[in-house]
Amino acid sequence: MRAGEQGTVFEIRGGISVKRRLEAIGVRPGVTIEKLTDSPFGGPVVIRIGHMRLAIGYGMASKVMVAAEKAVAS
Amino acid sequence: MRIFLVGNPNVGKSVLFRRLTGMYAIASNYPGTSVELTTGRLRVGKGLAEVTDLPGTYSLEPTSEAEKVTAKMLNGLGSDDIVVNVLDSTNLERSLGLTLELVKLRRPMVIALNLWDEAAHTGVKIDVKLLEEALGLPCVPLVALTGEGVKALVDSLPHARASEREFDFAGRWDEVGRIVKRVQVITHSHHTLLERLGDASLRPFTGSVIALGVLGMSFEAIRLIGEGLIRWILEPLFKGIWSPLMLRVSDLLGGNGFLHSLLIGDLVDGGIDYRQSFGLLTTGLFVPFAAVLPYVFAFYLVLSLLEDCGYLPRLAVIADRFMHTVGLHGTAIVPMLLGLGCNVPGALAGRIMESPRERFIAMTLMATAVPCMAQVAMIIALAGPYGASALALIFGTLAALWFVLGMILKRTMNGEGMELLLDVPPYRVPFLRGLAQKLWMRLVSFLMEAIPFVLVGVLLVNLFYYLKVIDAVGRVTFPVIVSLLGLPPESAGALVVGFLRKDVAVGMLIPLHLSFRQTIVASVVLAIYFPCVATFAVIVKELGILGTSKATAIMVATVLTVGGSLNLILRLAGY
Repeated sequence: MRAGEQGTVFEIRGGISVKRRLEAIGVRPGVTIEKLTDSPFGGPVVIRIGHMRLAIGYGMASKVMVAAEKAVAS
Repeated sequence: MRIFLVGNPNVGKSVLFRRLTGMYAIASNYPGTSVELTTGRLRVGKGLAEVTDLPGTYSLEPTSEAEKVTAKMLNGLGSDDIVVNVLDSTNLERSLGLTLELVKLRRPMVIALNLWDEAAHTGVKIDVKLLEEALGLPCVPLVALTGEGVKALVDSLPHARASEREFDFAGRWDEVGRIVKRVQVITHSHHTLLERLGDASLRPFTGSVIALGVLGMSFEAIRLIGEGLIRWILEPLFKGIWSPLMLRVSDLLGGNGFLHSLLIGDLVDGGIDYRQSFGLLTTGLFVPFAAVLPYVFAFYLVLSLLEDCGYLPRLAVIADRFMHTVGLHGTAIVPMLLGLGCNVPGALAGRIMESPRERFIAMTLMATAVPCMAQVAMIIALAGPYGASALALIFGTLAALWFVLGMILKRTMNGEGMELLLDVPPYRVPFLRGLAQKLWMRLVSFLMEAIPFVLVGVLLVNLFYYLKVIDAVGRVTFPVIVSLLGLPPESAGALVVGFLRKDVAVGMLIPLHLSFRQTIVASVVLAIYFPCVATFAVIVKELGILGTSKATAIMVATVLTVGGSLNLILRLAGY
């Protein structure tokens, strides 16, 4: 998934604690997200859910599985 | 009756707390500022209630230290206690996850819908009546920052009740989804130009450029404001008004004797030299008020601005990759920045790191290689005459040390690195009264902390000289101070006083007329060797005796290595 693309979260891989932390902050299966930034050097990924922006460390972000839908014209 | 404010991080609990109790609590745009429980009083009807601001949490199943505190407090609720659940109206869905967990506790509750104005602004409409019905709880929309609706909240407290609604706990996010669908209408969700521009500060490349620009401008602003205040206001005040008064006192005391040297100190060419006299009423007042306060003021002014407009979380995102090289993640930029103001709040902010390993690395790095603003101000006074190259050498050495020590700690400390997970709030226009209040509070706490220690420090310096203790210490520490570090034996006194206050310690070096090399070595050594007693106390509390001993051993080893090699290198370079 690239910066500027939208998609729906369908799975969070990884341990229960990662799942719980992401879930509590709003990243859950079924939620539509937009990826705002790429992270060329393994930096954090910033996503948008509604009006909210979340920064997620690279390792944790790579556990969020997303079905990409379409590129947003911007 | 006790009232507990509970909610997600960064929903404005601390601001609401301040509104309710009239007490000062620092509210900032990053989580962790209320890890320490703040308690105040509120008049409800005819009685008084105790209000507690609990650390922000997303869930009652705690994942961090701060969240554990909240969960523990809520499990110990009494029968007449009230929970005020503070919600972010712009982010109802996420806020309600915690609400459903709280409902399960079956305690009297009231819902505070904060940030109501911002929600309306972004096109979010919440039907309060429907929400009250869905939750079975009183709901009050309000704007904590301006105080709108806060009175209605207080009036609703007597109507607090335990909800009787049953929610399917395992599927609570589905329940939340259903509630949100029923009570919330989003009229326009287009993204403003400002929002899009704001995203530029999050992208790796544009964001890094912006971060460097912001930091560069901040330091330049701090330097200009601090320098300007000293040169144009405080020095003239001390020289024009205070000096003549002190000279009169000096005359009254007969010009010499123990009391004279204690209160006024040594006269230089028949006048008072605030940097060299070292009396309680001369240097003892000049150091905190005229040398240090201007820089501390400038620093907190800039920092509070950055905080209140919402830039710090963005800086944490941009710094994340870099902070991983020292075994931390982006959030750790917060204790580092705060430590630059004063190591005490820096160490306190170290608690926002999630694991013991991260807390140890963050606090050790901060205490070892981040000098506080008071010390920086005095280093500028000490090394300034040698020009910008001296200052660049001192702060460059400390920056390099921070980096190298961090890489060593990362490789030697066991455990897996934690990852960044951060809510990035939108940019906000700072609310000036709130900003002024916060700045005032920080300055007061700086003065309360600094003045007694500075005075005791200056008193000790005088006693040391009077009792010739410094000569004795100088003889004992000769192999280290003179042979290894190449400093004059008298500077041993500064190392002793440095445990009390680093700014006074640096000040003690000014009358010694150190050479270029000695100035560099002494400044760096004083910054590293040991945290001041106030910071030390916080570190002991946070890391325990064992952790603190480890951190202290690291500092001592570091100061000998860095100070010794710096002395050697500068000597070889011909200084």
